[in-house]
Amino acid sequence: MITVKDLHKHFGKLEVLNGINQHIAPREKVVIIGPSGSGKSTFLRCLNLLEQPTSGQIFFEGTEITAPKTDIDAIRCRMGMVFQQFNLFPHLSVMDNITLAPITHKLMTKEQAQKRAMELLTRVGLPEKANTFPKQLSGGQQQRIAIVRALAMNPDVMLFDEPTSALDPEMVGEVLEVMKQLALDGMTMVVVTHEMGFAREVGDRVLFMDGGIVLEEGTPKQIFENPSNPRTQDFLRKVL
Amino acid sequence: MLSTLMLGAAEAASANLFDQWWLLIKDKAVAGQLDFWQTIYKEIYQNVLYNNRWQNYLKGLGITLEVSFFAALLGLFLGMLLALMRLSHAKPLQKVAGVYVGIIRGTPMLLQVLIINFGIFGTIAIDRVIIGVIACGLNSAAYVSEILRSGILSVDKGQTEAGRSLGLSNWQTMRLIVFPQALKTALPAMCNEFITLIKETSILAYIALTELTKAGDYIRSKTYSAFTPYIVSGILYLIVTGVLTKLLGKLERRLRQGDNR
Repeated sequence: MITVKDLHKHFGKLEVLNGINQHIAPREKVVIIGPSGSGKSTFLRCLNLLEQPTSGQIFFEGTEITAPKTDIDAIRCRMGMVFQQFNLFPHLSVMDNITLAPITHKLMTKEQAQKRAMELLTRVGLPEKANTFPKQLSGGQQQRIAIVRALAMNPDVMLFDEPTSALDPEMVGEVLEVMKQLALDGMTMVVVTHEMGFAREVGDRVLFMDGGIVLEEGTPKQIFENPSNPRTQDFLRKVL
Repeated sequence: MLSTLMLGAAEAASANLFDQWWLLIKDKAVAGQLDFWQTIYKEIYQNVLYNNRWQNYLKGLGITLEVSFFAALLGLFLGMLLALMRLSHAKPLQKVAGVYVGIIRGTPMLLQVLIINFGIFGTIAIDRVIIGVIACGLNSAAYVSEILRSGILSVDKGQTEAGRSLGLSNWQTMRLIVFPQALKTALPAMCNEFITLIKETSILAYIALTELTKAGDYIRSKTYSAFTPYIVSGILYLIVTGVLTKLLGKLERRLRQGDNR
């Protein structure tokens, strides 16, 4: 579904990504872990070109999205993204947050979009919040709405950029629960997270990143129980 | 026809009453023996009531409002354009807008008005109101663009990223997500700019446009009263800017309530 070839990203002199090669299969759940500054968020943001790679290629369902002539907006319609800071639109109601993109893209009529939004809101347990505004909601609620907003476009893959890192501890669970449900439904997911429990439970494959490369990858069992790289061992000792 | 007649009659009657009051104190005025209240009446009579001079102020006010309104529209439109140019990724557009803002902000408005009136429209027969709208609009655009630019920059980058990640184009993200939020932040400064604009149209008196300040000045040239005509003009300015401040304050409060709904 997503293929990454020799991806490099520099911010000025700082080399954040130093050659990443990856293939993400349909329905696969890939969890990226690693210390801060390891480039994991940058890698994720390159996948939908929120960061422009310095060199390398990214293919999404056969289309090279790094090619200059590619219509990136059309690609992004099929890749949902959830941010650490939620980034809900504060001037719009929850309902308008969710329906803005499908209506603007003319994928659905207003009525269809609202019906779909209510279905999704019910799925994350927030149907009564449709007419409230983001600022009235808790962090956990906001992040669940943000997930719904991305899902409203019916994406083929969901990218999660540390979705629980900005949440109060007691709200982490409700967001992870929604993500687990999404995983069970068969969504292709790429998740950058510090939630090792989630990585172990939901991930098909775990990537350990450090210094802008994937140092080690494998099933959660391999990575968490029998890491081979000393840096992975060191990192896991600190976080577990 | 009948109503015009009746209006005329009413006007004549009231004018007569004011005139009669004036005649009562006229001799004392010539002799310089008026008391405080009589002096006030004399000033009002000569500068406002006599010969329907109040109409001069109202006509001046009308022109001030007309010029301000259309100049504000022009300034808003051009200012948006300039703000978007400065925030675009195209270097030449940034440069052009930057130089424009630099020139307008760095030179006196009076000079700009004179250049536009005598330089650009010097040999063209054109209504001075239009010249005023163009001069004030071009000037205001520079300030509006800076206000909008800072408003746009104040919107969190995550908002743009969220919009783009949903497949919205750059322009759609700007229009649907960033601009509405930027406008709210920019509203107090915009209110200030509109009020400034209304007051600055008084510079157009220099090119003999009979707006509110010039109207007061014209009356002064008739009556030689140094204070009263300008004070009348000033009160009218205050009323207009006061009403505008109230209205925009209301709008601002309503938008803020939206935040906490």
